[in-house]
Amino acid sequence: MSKNNNSKDINPINIYTLLPRTNCKRCDSSNCMAFAAKLAGRETVLELCKPLLEEKQHAKAYAKLHYMLNPPVREITIGAGEKAVKIGGKFVMYRHELAFHNPTPIAIDVTDETPDEELILRVKKTDGFTYIYIGKELKLNMLAVRSTANSPSKFRTTVKKVIENTQLPLILCSLDPKVIEVGLLAAAKSRPLIYAATKDNWKDMAELALSYDCPLAVFAPNDLKLLKSLAATLVDYGVEDLVLDPGTFPYHGFSDTISNFTMLRRSACRKGDHSLGFPLIGTPITVWTQQDVTSENLIWNEACLASMMIARYADLLIMHSVEGWALLPNIVLRENLYTDPRKPVAVEPGIKEFGKPDENSPVLMTANFALTYYTVASDLESASVDCYLIIVDTEGLAVDCSVAGRKLTADKIAEALKKTQIEEKVKHRKLIIPGKAARLSSEIQELSGWEVIVGPQDSSGIPNFLQEKWR
Amino acid sequence: MEGSWEEDRVRRKKTKPMRIVEADFVSPVETYQGRICEVRLGATKSEGGTRGRSLVVGGERSPAYYLFENPTPHPPVVTLDVFDMRIPLAKAVKMHVEEVLDDPAAWAKLAVDRFGADMITLHLVSTDPLLKDTSPKEAALTVEKVLQAVDVPITIGGCGHPQKDTEVFEKVAEVTAGERVLISSITLDMDIERCAKALKKYEHVALAFTPMDLNHARELNRKLYEFLPKEQIIMDTTTAALGYGLEYAFTVMERARLSALMGDAELQHPLSSGTTNAWAAREAWMKMAPEWGPRELRGPLWETVTALTLLLAGVDVFMMMHPAAVQTLKEVVNKLTKGATQARPEMIAEWVKRKI
Repeated sequence: MSKNNNSKDINPINIYTLLPRTNCKRCDSSNCMAFAAKLAGRETVLELCKPLLEEKQHAKAYAKLHYMLNPPVREITIGAGEKAVKIGGKFVMYRHELAFHNPTPIAIDVTDETPDEELILRVKKTDGFTYIYIGKELKLNMLAVRSTANSPSKFRTTVKKVIENTQLPLILCSLDPKVIEVGLLAAAKSRPLIYAATKDNWKDMAELALSYDCPLAVFAPNDLKLLKSLAATLVDYGVEDLVLDPGTFPYHGFSDTISNFTMLRRSACRKGDHSLGFPLIGTPITVWTQQDVTSENLIWNEACLASMMIARYADLLIMHSVEGWALLPNIVLRENLYTDPRKPVAVEPGIKEFGKPDENSPVLMTANFALTYYTVASDLESASVDCYLIIVDTEGLAVDCSVAGRKLTADKIAEALKKTQIEEKVKHRKLIIPGKAARLSSEIQELSGWEVIVGPQDSSGIPNFLQEKWR
Repeated sequence: MEGSWEEDRVRRKKTKPMRIVEADFVSPVETYQGRICEVRLGATKSEGGTRGRSLVVGGERSPAYYLFENPTPHPPVVTLDVFDMRIPLAKAVKMHVEEVLDDPAAWAKLAVDRFGADMITLHLVSTDPLLKDTSPKEAALTVEKVLQAVDVPITIGGCGHPQKDTEVFEKVAEVTAGERVLISSITLDMDIERCAKALKKYEHVALAFTPMDLNHARELNRKLYEFLPKEQIIMDTTTAALGYGLEYAFTVMERARLSALMGDAELQHPLSSGTTNAWAAREAWMKMAPEWGPRELRGPLWETVTALTLLLAGVDVFMMMHPAAVQTLKEVVNKLTKGATQARPEMIAEWVKRKI
């Protein structure tokens, strides 16, 4: 693969040469070079450099840096207030190149023909949807109000009802500008996304986006030339917050869907195509255009389609099903793929109890790398073992790496045994250590006075191991 | 592309266009110097084995499903798990194989006839010295039974004990000579020379397994190259379950594939995924509060989403478990590869006002 043809060459040196280089520290970095390094890693924002903003002689450099550091996929805000969402703001095609920013919000649809009671139930369910995962709340993020009656007055009533029941940002969905306009009036000041401008209605939609200062989606199913033409025209018209929809084809043309999303993202990220440098919207809800299939199958298909679009460049999704079993894998997938790959994920060191341990229960030990910890925890839970687990601070490294890198040492383990006051919880003095830390055994014994038992290489072996070796 | 966004904007503000300004869209095609090697699994009579058909995987010239650049040369294949003794299985999986749990040959047949398996993975779990310590000779008998029961290519899984696996693989390689069995797996802590020589002698394929680390993957491949041609090696860089490190698995595979295409010769192998690992996630097998639905749906969807995500990273061989997950993956692969149908804009043009 050739190197980025037209990418902005972002590295600390290029950034540094444009900074004031006075090391004034007003940005909270120790010097301009450190600030440049943070900027290159997207860990801070340019606007913290006050001299750059305030002093005239730096105006040109600021403009250059601003351009250089802008993400190739524009970041767009939908909604207002605390629950507003940011979409896009993507810098890269592959997460290992930096990280994916702004996890794909999921919008659930309601229509202006949904009966009142059901409408409110659906809105509340979307609003309250929460799953706790590694200590984080995973949520649904938006509501898409569709005009299916094609009646402005019905649409107005529905938008009002939705707004009364949630602060989640809205997507107003109709291809009729008259319907959209009453929706915008009903949703005043809440900055909804307008869905969508097409080759037929683009001018009216552009006027609405401008007068109500709202972002606008552009819909050109399976026609990237038209999509680009419309985007460029709308930008010329003055609408800057665009969201692109090349169409989501769940059945015929599924391969085109994957191709289109990939081409659009590559055009923006690698080819420097400004007209396509906008967030992409996926609509797995189109699965429901299929008839004579059971709804269970449709829910399943929608979830599968959504997962592939989360992995392949959708910056926003509209879905129909609110079934927990179908949404759960996708909100977890989104959380996984949007984790910053540069940061080792760590859990709090300390002690955890599994089942109902008592003074005779085994004491095990592991590293504080989140993946290691959650794997061990899940193995212990699935086998319903009663035990204590000591989590040693290995600076977020796995057991084998931390032993090799001297982040997991006998000293640290002895210290953890003391700190967690495990000696007050159990009568015995036997510590089970991971098989991959076997070479520390005698030293741990010496330093802590505990007898060390070397456990299995993989935590999946713990239940069997305990059955055989624990008394 | 020179000039800042701000300057562009000032220039644009002057006149509003009245018609659509036609722009050119150029497909963003790139070229790659590397190519993934093709590996044939299974052997028909004319190829020196007894299988009804053989399967070729690999051969990619572009990242996964960059269909605007190149079609996918060979659709990924699914190999279904069969175990040679009872092991704990999630309820949602067990209900489909209850009848055949004690008969690997019948299990294999069920997987091929009913669940659409392209291949079978026979896991010789019972050879584990800590379990039944089944002898290599006895294990080889089970392998022969499965080979007679089905005519698809097969994968042989060991028990994870480096020495024992080496002995078992040697024996299995011998009794299956010429069948191009996928041997799962060869790891850095095994006697690589001994294993690889057996695979070379009896013409089988090595599944080179490493724990989410491309340097280890390269190292293992280099060691295997001393004895085996490239076309007899498939890589498995470890699959973690959705919610339990899938992102690491995804990124390692994606990096492996991109590096290979950019010319890293030590990574130019088809990728295999132990997608069955998805069932390690509690969300897949556990009973949860009613709002999270029945595990009979949640579990197989968990495996499916794990598979679909890794499909997009470039996986060629999926080791799987649940029939519904297998079916969905095969449907998606079909849509992406064999006879892909054209998008029909009129079918979704009016989705916005569709009554559901």
